Amino acid sequence: MPAVENTIVICAGGACISAGEISVKESLENTLKEYALEEVVQVVETGCMGACDLGPIMVIYPEGIFYQKLNSENVKKIVEEHLLKGRVVKEFLYTGPTGEVKEKPQEELPFFKKQIKIATRNLGVVDPLSIEEYIARDGYFALTKVIKDMSPDKVIEELKKSGLRGRGGAGFPTGLKWEFAKKAEGDVKYVICNADEGDPGAFMDRAILEGDPHTVVEAMTIAAYTVGANKGFIYVRAEYPLAIERFSRALETAREYGFLGENILGTDFSFDIEIRIGAGAFVCGEETALINSIEGQRGIPRVKPPYPAQKGLWGKPTLINNVETYANIPPIILHGGDWFAQFGVEGSRGTKVFALAGKVNNTGLVEVPMGITLRELINEIGGGVPNGKKLKAVQTGGPSGGCVPEKYIDTPITYDTLKELGTIIGSGGMIVMDEDDCMVDVAKFFLEFTVEESCGQCTPCRDGTKRMLEILERITEGEGTEEDLEKLKELGEHIMKTSLCGLGQTAPQPVLSTMRYFWDEYEAHVKEKRCPAKKCKELTRIVIDREKCVGCTACARVCPVNAITGSVRQPHEIDPELCTRCGSCLEVCRFGAISKVSP
Amino acid sequence: MGKIKSLEDLMKIKESTLKDLKMRDTDKRGKIIVAMGTCGIAAGAKETLKAIVDILSEKGIEDIAVVQSGCFGLCDVEPTIEVRIGENEPVIYGHVTPNQAKRIIDQHILEGKVVSDLVVKRGEL
Ligand SMILES: Cc1cc2nc3c(=O)[nH]c(=O)nc-3n(C[C@H](O)[C@H](O)[C@H](O)COP(=O)(O)O)c2cc1C
Ligand code: SF4
Ligand code: SF4
Ligand code: FES
Ligand code: FES
Repeated sequence: MPAVENTIVICAGGACISAGEISVKESLENTLKEYALEEVVQVVETGCMGACDLGPIMVIYPEGIFYQKLNSENVKKIVEEHLLKGRVVKEFLYTGPTGEVKEKPQEELPFFKKQIKIATRNLGVVDPLSIEEYIARDGYFALTKVIKDMSPDKVIEELKKSGLRGRGGAGFPTGLKWEFAKKAEGDVKYVICNADEGDPGAFMDRAILEGDPHTVVEAMTIAAYTVGANKGFIYVRAEYPLAIERFSRALETAREYGFLGENILGTDFSFDIEIRIGAGAFVCGEETALINSIEGQRGIPRVKPPYPAQKGLWGKPTLINNVETYANIPPIILHGGDWFAQFGVEGSRGTKVFALAGKVNNTGLVEVPMGITLRELINEIGGGVPNGKKLKAVQTGGPSGGCVPEKYIDTPITYDTLKELGTIIGSGGMIVMDEDDCMVDVAKFFLEFTVEESCGQCTPCRDGTKRMLEILERITEGEGTEEDLEKLKELGEHIMKTSLCGLGQTAPQPVLSTMRYFWDEYEAHVKEKRCPAKKCKELTRIVIDREKCVGCTACARVCPVNAITGSVRQPHEIDPELCTRCGSCLEVCRFGAISKVSP
Repeated sequence: MGKIKSLEDLMKIKESTLKDLKMRDTDKRGKIIVAMGTCGIAAGAKETLKAIVDILSEKGIEDIAVVQSGCFGLCDVEPTIEVRIGENEPVIYGHVTPNQAKRIIDQHILEGKVVSDLVVKRGEL
């Protein structure tokens, strides 16, 4: 009997499961039983340990010894040697990325390095329901400073110095926008916070409202004081109930403390905020559609100019900013515009929050100084592309943005550089794509979204995007012609020129940008009826290599449509007529005999 | 709470909250902060929170406070919790299911040993 109690942590992340974690665990448990160790050794399954290509993986505690590439055989040996005899089994030890033998796993994710947190400074740090904790982190000090010691012009001056630009998508200089709203004539003015957050994949605004609602209350109040408004609205999408709940709690406590309502901080300045819940249409995030929606009208965009700063809500001058834009305001006031401008680069100052998604190891929200390169963001913070695959492109700016191909991956992230590459920073969505992603398919995905979300007001946007989508569908099904490619470009350019609002003006971007960088991929679909990424179902087939197939029948058993035939120990075959290309057989074949081909 | 009228009022709250937080930390030996954002909750943060509270009371551990916060953005590893004990470097753990919470309480809270396989970050956020 070993003297110490051990815990064995075994990775049950997706990659390790498909590498056979379940059979390893079974074998482990059986072996433990065999040696009557099951009482003293605890087996715990955990999520991905971030070393997927070496999986299945396990760690034995208390020593923290890390073993890799396990199978049911070597795990038995590890129990016998390590647990019973206390000898580390060198041959199965973890070899880090560099190949040298390491007994202990890396402890910390590189995710947090290079991040600088300004807009998200309080996320995960303060209790969102406690105004005191917000105050303890210098909350409402900026508001107090503004109201007691700063003229509106001084606030605008600091904002201009900071170089802050709108984080909602368009990137308009915030100081300038505040100045327009302040100078606009009008006895009544409004301040709005845009929390509609429609981009698929983006959720920084939700995270801020949920984790640090007071920062938005404080910033909106500063804005109201600066431009001369007494009434504000926050427009939040209905899908964010927790954000709505926490924000309304924040409003209540801010009123109790005198940061909101009548006679703020004992002065004669009064301001209050009302919550409006959005119906969930993407176009309602467009500022004039949002204003219509608050007024109780249909949420469709208005012609600009006049801009909201001149004639907005109920025809009055209205300042509208995005949640993340507001979250940057209190720190700028407290530390000064120059402090903020030290982060980032010329034309793109400060930090930006990105939502990393797609084929990247660490997905989630990151806040980085502008000007870092896409490569740093994806490889160093995001931990690179999983499963040893090759990075192909990164899509930025959501449905209004475009793709940056791998060859430009060392580009610094700024408003201008991304624009040159035919995309935008947008609200900060960032989808990483690897060699298995088909760029025509990606373009189709975003176009499906905009077709669905067009408000229907303008013919080019309503009908043109539908035509484009039909063409893309034809292409991915192998029915596309070279004329279609011409047509696609023409239509795209026409829609961008003739649509009324930003939705239509940018909707063709994902298509045009993928056509620009991945023209050969479009041509392959059209001319050779081939999908190079083997993604488009109509253009790929699943085949079994007769040489490699040992006839284990595993594939035939999982096929949902019985497309696989063959007898035991004989090479199997797939009937292409029946096969739906679901891919299930690919995953279960342990002999690598099944693969996708595109002619 | 009366209305705030000046910077001095604000300073007072800041200081007393900081002192409170410290007090809570000294009168309590430490605290566990559970990230309760939408993705945390979707990943099971509520169950984790409940498990932590249950395990602490089961084991009669009274010197550890349990509090909530928003998320800090690492959705892949939700549910996340942060463990702060005294002046020690705070540790953030990921994938904290109720079972893992038990391990953390047994090892980290009771024995002072960091559960290294679950660590996502050490040090201040
Ligand atoms: C179709 C469309 C959808 C938009 N959706 C949003 C949104 O969800 N959130 C947002 O803040 N801005 C959105 N915008 C941008 C807003 O119109 C506006 O530029 C922004 O609220 C201004 O705030 P900012 O200067 O702080 O970025 C959208 C624009 C368009 C054209
Ligand atoms: S461009 Fe599209 S979404 Fe925008 S107003 Fe026209 S039809 Fe509506
Ligand atoms: S891909 Fe799916 S449908 Fe086709 S043979 Fe394999 S399991 Fe059957
Ligand atoms: S799934 Fe096991 S290390 Fe990633
Ligand atoms: S809600 Fe917690 S990381 Fe996203």
